[in-house]
Amino acid sequence: MGRIVGIDLGTTNSLVAFMDQEGPHVIPGPDGQTKVPSIVGLTDNGLIVGEPAKAHLIRDPSRTIYSVKRFMGKGLDDVKDELKYFSYQLHEKNGVIRIEIGDKTYSPPQVSAMILKELKRRAEEFLKEDVSKAVITVPAYFNDSQRQATKDAGLIAGLEVLRIINEPTAASLAYGLQKKTQGLIAIYDLGGGTFDISILKLKDGIFEVLATNGDTHLGGDDFDQRLVDVMVDGILKTQGLDIGKSPDLMQTVRLEAERVKVRLSDETHTKAVIELPDGKYEKTWTREDMEALTMDLVERTLAPCRSALKDAGLHANQIDEVVLVGGNTRMPLVWRKVEELFDKKPHSELNPDEVVALGAAVQADILGGHTTDLLLLDVTPLSLGIETMGGVMSALIRRNTTIPTSAKEMFTTYVDGQTSVDIHILQGERELVKDNRSLARFQLKLPPLPAGVPRVEVNFLIDANGILHVTARDIRTGEAQSVQVKPSHGLTDDEVEGMIRDSFQFATEDIKARQIIEARNEANAIIVATEKALVRATNLINDKETESIRRILQQLGEVKEGEDHRVIRAKIAEAEKTTHHLAEVLMDATLKEALESKKLSDIIK
Amino acid sequence: MGLFPVPESSEPEIMEPQYQATTKSRELPMARSMCWHCQSEVTGEYLCGQCVKVQPLSKDLDYFSCFQLPRLLNIDEQQLEQTFYELSRTFHPDFYSTKDESEKAISLGNSAFLNTGYRILKDPIQRAEYLIRLEAGAVKDIRSNPPADLFEEVLELQEDLETFRQLAPNGTSSELEALRTKLQDEREGLEKRQAEMEKSLQHKFREWDQLQGDPPDLSQTREKKNTLLRGMQEILSNRTYVRNMVDDLLETTG
Repeated sequence: MGRIVGIDLGTTNSLVAFMDQEGPHVIPGPDGQTKVPSIVGLTDNGLIVGEPAKAHLIRDPSRTIYSVKRFMGKGLDDVKDELKYFSYQLHEKNGVIRIEIGDKTYSPPQVSAMILKELKRRAEEFLKEDVSKAVITVPAYFNDSQRQATKDAGLIAGLEVLRIINEPTAASLAYGLQKKTQGLIAIYDLGGGTFDISILKLKDGIFEVLATNGDTHLGGDDFDQRLVDVMVDGILKTQGLDIGKSPDLMQTVRLEAERVKVRLSDETHTKAVIELPDGKYEKTWTREDMEALTMDLVERTLAPCRSALKDAGLHANQIDEVVLVGGNTRMPLVWRKVEELFDKKPHSELNPDEVVALGAAVQADILGGHTTDLLLLDVTPLSLGIETMGGVMSALIRRNTTIPTSAKEMFTTYVDGQTSVDIHILQGERELVKDNRSLARFQLKLPPLPAGVPRVEVNFLIDANGILHVTARDIRTGEAQSVQVKPSHGLTDDEVEGMIRDSFQFATEDIKARQIIEARNEANAIIVATEKALVRATNLINDKETESIRRILQQLGEVKEGEDHRVIRAKIAEAEKTTHHLAEVLMDATLKEALESKKLSDIIK
Repeated sequence: MGLFPVPESSEPEIMEPQYQATTKSRELPMARSMCWHCQSEVTGEYLCGQCVKVQPLSKDLDYFSCFQLPRLLNIDEQQLEQTFYELSRTFHPDFYSTKDESEKAISLGNSAFLNTGYRILKDPIQRAEYLIRLEAGAVKDIRSNPPADLFEEVLELQEDLETFRQLAPNGTSSELEALRTKLQDEREGLEKRQAEMEKSLQHKFREWDQLQGDPPDLSQTREKKNTLLRGMQEILSNRTYVRNMVDDLLETTG
């Protein structure tokens, strides 16, 4: 069995981790960065993902997708209040949001799959082996549709998703392993787009989740947006420029807002500078400014904390440890508010950006059969029920029930000869159907008999991923019935199949985009190294040679901005030839060795 | 819609009452005596002695037996938790990820059963309701009429609640606030009553547990047990009614 990786598929950043004998490790990219921005850009040469796509965001905002996690398992109606934050076009098909970029249309799982593929590739390069199995994390408060959408994303990316695991519980695994903690812990997880709180009991290697709560519409993005709104307003007032109509400037402001937020965690004031077509906009931000502006957002996280405590049957002061997870918990205001609520200093020894991915790697190791002393017992975050007479939801499985769990319901007919009943499955805590989340519908077949005689038992099972499975059995005959569940906000199996096929096709297109990025990176490395070498070798080569090297560097600098990787490659080869002598001379001089086959960029770092 | 659930059928299947209350068995009844995989004899273990495949739990298994607990209403919660953790380590799907589909399915089914059992036994009220169903085979009776001694009070309360709901959307007024205070007082009264009911339940729980020492076959014992079961059921359904009222009040008046 191949290695199973752990993936944190985040709203703003994603990470991949693995576990060996020493423990879990996050896998860095070639640049040493562990975070891959969850951004996908469509260029004329195909798709780009991560850091390169972040740069693309300003250049071509209408063809760059960010925060796609907010759309997973949702319909257009669910996000109508957030539409103004996005610079790309959305529409809906069969209850699922579709994202338009260029002349192509993608579902959120497809876009997430692009990010997953990038992580998969990164892991394969690092581990030097094929990676086809993964554990992927989701916010604890994700509903069934959102979990299913995440699983679909894995499939489309060519990953077998062995487990969907909740982010705060993953974090607890990484912590528990590290610190051998026992007792009651609260995990406060403020991510890019979602907030979760989980209360766990840790005892002898068992991680039992007692209660979880959250808000899937509250995250760091919302903090950024507050700053964006102020600056957009400021630009309008001082410069008379309404940037609401220019997506590229909006993205510039958004990135600057994020930077301000991050800086104000360490500093008490910082300056935002935004280059505008005619001049620039500057604003000095103090930490107090920002805290006043976002206080209500932090306070919004406290109600779910109280609900979770209540459901766990605990008082805040009974919690032994409070752990902060997610980059946004670096904000001092969050620390203060959390400390106030639990009357305890929270801690975050492990990097809050990485801890979820590390925990996912631990869970992957448990599933792989290597770690056998740890076990996670998680819960379903929302009550599951069915629609009954009068538009009321009748709950079958209560929230915070340990999973896997199942509930049975018997169905019969109320008209003679009736051959089917329609069943509507819901998730949520409200009494009325319309206030809860519609998960799926299906039609239960019944034998044509007098009213009340047929007895079909339907079993609703929530598996360890928090995903619902429905089976039915005719009690009179004992025969199992097949149930075709139609998700309200999910892709059908056929659609997922089609997207898996498409993803192979995209893959060939995307190779082009990747080749350009790699060629550009290499060109950049050569330029930097050669310039350093020229300084060191001032007296070792003559002016004519210096001149020709400078010329080739300049040409390389121009060529690398082009869109054809072969042209860049050709120029790189030419540059290497031109600098070959320089490399030799430098080597002779410094190492007194002949290293004829080495390239200059290998010698000078 | 056309949806017509049969109300009583959502309860788990329950075995006939069996008086093995004080025997503490380390063995769990399995679905069959032969291993589903290698057909060798399975002797009350969760895993087949021959091929080490996990075995499905018997459909007749009740939660007390599953957790190796006597049918008492005051139970050793430490032991319950410990057994839950032990059995979770045996059955949880995390440990069957690399196994074949049949084993995965059995692990899932056993785990779901275990989790439900733990949830019910952990809570004293649910534990009692479950035990009553098990012993008396009675259908869970959620009372839709208020308990006799509360009838008048509840009628008035319902009226006040209705008025409150109509007034609330129009913003605060002195009338609304007076009503809120009145309803909050009512709620406190009901909460007190709920606490009293729970106290008398505790008393009955102890009585029940003491009876378990008596010879089970005596008709006298049987009669005492039935009286107790009926008494407990009466209080339990009154308590459910009162608690729902309290929840309703909390939700409406805050």
